[in-house]
Amino acid sequence: MDIYRAHVLVCGGTGCSSSGSAKLIERFEEKIAEAGLEKEVKVIRTGCFGLCEAGPVVIVYPDGTFYSRVKPENVDEIVSEHLLKGRKVEHLVYTDHATKEQNAEKALEDITFYKYQQRIALRNCGVIDPENIDEYLAMDGYRALEKALTTMTREQVIDEVLKSGLRGRGGAGFPTGMKWKFAYNSVNDQKYVACNADEGDPGAFMDRSILEGDPHAVIEAMAIAGYAIGASEGYIYVRAEYPIAVKRLQVAIGQAEDYGLLGDDILGTGFKFHLHIRLGAGAFVCGEETALMHSIEGKRGEPTTRPPFPAVKGLFEKPTMLNNVETYANIAQIILKGADWYSSIGTEKSKGTKVFALGGKINNTGLVEVPMGTTLRTVIYDIGGGCPNGKKFKAVQTGGPSGGCLPESLLDTPVDYDNLIAAGSMMGSGGMIVMDEDNCMVDIARFYMEFIVDESCGKCTPCRVGTKRMLEILKRITEGKGEEGDIEKLEELANTIKNTALCGLGQTAPNPVLSTLRFFRDEYEAHIKEKRCPAHHCQNLLQYVITDKCRGCTACARVCPAQAISGEVKKQHVIDPKKCLKCGACMEKCRFGAIIKI
Amino acid sequence: MDDERAKFAELEKLIADHKDQPGALMPVLQGAQGIFGCVSEDVQKVIAEGLGVTLAEVYGVATFYAQFSLHPKGKYLINVCLGTACYVKGSQSILDKLSKVLEIPVGGTTPDGKFTLEATRCLGACGLAPVMMINGRVFGRLTPDAIPAIIDEYKNLTDEEA
Repeated sequence: MDIYRAHVLVCGGTGCSSSGSAKLIERFEEKIAEAGLEKEVKVIRTGCFGLCEAGPVVIVYPDGTFYSRVKPENVDEIVSEHLLKGRKVEHLVYTDHATKEQNAEKALEDITFYKYQQRIALRNCGVIDPENIDEYLAMDGYRALEKALTTMTREQVIDEVLKSGLRGRGGAGFPTGMKWKFAYNSVNDQKYVACNADEGDPGAFMDRSILEGDPHAVIEAMAIAGYAIGASEGYIYVRAEYPIAVKRLQVAIGQAEDYGLLGDDILGTGFKFHLHIRLGAGAFVCGEETALMHSIEGKRGEPTTRPPFPAVKGLFEKPTMLNNVETYANIAQIILKGADWYSSIGTEKSKGTKVFALGGKINNTGLVEVPMGTTLRTVIYDIGGGCPNGKKFKAVQTGGPSGGCLPESLLDTPVDYDNLIAAGSMMGSGGMIVMDEDNCMVDIARFYMEFIVDESCGKCTPCRVGTKRMLEILKRITEGKGEEGDIEKLEELANTIKNTALCGLGQTAPNPVLSTLRFFRDEYEAHIKEKRCPAHHCQNLLQYVITDKCRGCTACARVCPAQAISGEVKKQHVIDPKKCLKCGACMEKCRFGAIIKI
Repeated sequence: MDDERAKFAELEKLIADHKDQPGALMPVLQGAQGIFGCVSEDVQKVIAEGLGVTLAEVYGVATFYAQFSLHPKGKYLINVCLGTACYVKGSQSILDKLSKVLEIPVGGTTPDGKFTLEATRCLGACGLAPVMMINGRVFGRLTPDAIPAIIDEYKNLTDEEA
């Protein structure tokens, strides 16, 4: 292996790729070659660093200098100054959101965004080249598989996972070791291991980042699971919307096969394990385990009742053990470092760490991994940097369409499975969407219900019809046509659906409505009784008004499609509310901030 | 016509490759969608016959998943993300703007067959919200004002550049 004096790590995750990191890599390679440094400096495309907000992100080692929002034209300067002359390019160094420092000497782990984090599932993301198995091997890769195959019995492996306290990271939080044990106990000539990479929760992208940044971690864990439960075949069901993840998985599986880490006689132990990739085709319900397996079988992805549980009768009618991507990403570390180490992290009933996707109205959007029990406040304010533009925090949504919205008063809740459920939400896959004062909570509930209505598979009546009725009521409320008694109707429908729907999608579908009703009931009441949207979001319930900041430039009158604005030049204009379409074009056009919504 | 025949030959090969594999219908439909840009009734019939399943089953699966389309789509497929992170950051206004600029409703295709406008749920690029994707290329941190220039860029692409 060649030795380089410096490494340039360029993030190749989805976020940074979208903001142009591929061009950066090309430019770096070109400029490094021009400077004659190609034998001394290596450019590596890594997975996600997590701090998508600052992307594209570049880190130069051995110094560990963290450059953010790098543009192709900045590359020349980094090469000529930093790589050639050893002078860090100060003005491109990341500015810490908390300390406002632009300190080139600061190590990555001292940056506020990373300081509170503990990366287990994301340990290699942003650190290694995901398309090079040697880099994974250098990070203790496949050592857990070797340890399991050569020094542990199948029972010991399951015991270790059980003792670690690891719970399913897909959302429900079922103890992973129990799942393994059930599948182990099933007697059959053929069993399957499956991986749920159909990450459908809007606002969650940790599984994508793991697959893109560290695909071998999932492959290794699946092989360990195969050994433990006695399966020789595995399936990864991944969203077709994640092309980079699919490609890296294919590359990784190929490399693992070449190295004898997958195949007929793994590490010469006689253990046989083959892995297949199946693509999803855009159905949210396929994240439900029985629906997912039907989809792999080439059928419509509709859920079926349990029992029989997949551990008894799953994929192709054979015992099947299904875990989520992030769950698998923890396994190798548990086997290597032991259950005691893992269970020392986290809370009493939720062990280890959890990855959250921070999004919405928050300064540092991106991926963070924190120990269970970290408070929402730490995640949102200390790591996430709070709401941008000085806006007031209103709610944080966790758990996607199955979860709920939590208000400011619950920000000190330590995040774990049980606390979130007690607070009226749930862990879900780990999406965390922050909302500020401009977001209308009734509209957010309507948004989620629309999602559910779109994605309901239609098999059971409560979910197919009930959610539709709820959506109609919510739409009516946001359009200003809410009636007395609507809230009670919503509650009745919600509880019925919760108790009677066939699968997890339906049973949790009313949660966004129930949680917003619980914490933001006044907003519903304002819509219904006062025909007013407190967040000034719902079009039908707001009015555009021109204030005395108006200079009479006539720009608004000219852009108005309904000729609703009148006034003399250089004098304050007025909007005729009867003619106004509430399209907001005037507000967008006004350069003086004179038009407001009331 | 030859073009069409070549596509069907490709489909036959695809079917032959997957025929003996368990759960072959999904990968075959996905491949067919890639070859033809949609899975029309004729294509479904060939698949049903080739895999030895009923046409009803093929149709049932093809209409269940959002990825399969029974009608051809535009040359440039615009997917605007309406996932939560994008929605709270105003992706609805991006979608509205596109609909206005292209003069088509969401789900529609322009008469010249160039653009299809669709809303999608979460592209997993929440860090860049609001985002849209045009034929696999992601555009992030969008504002409605940025839309016309992007559409113009695609309108002016020659066949080779595309």
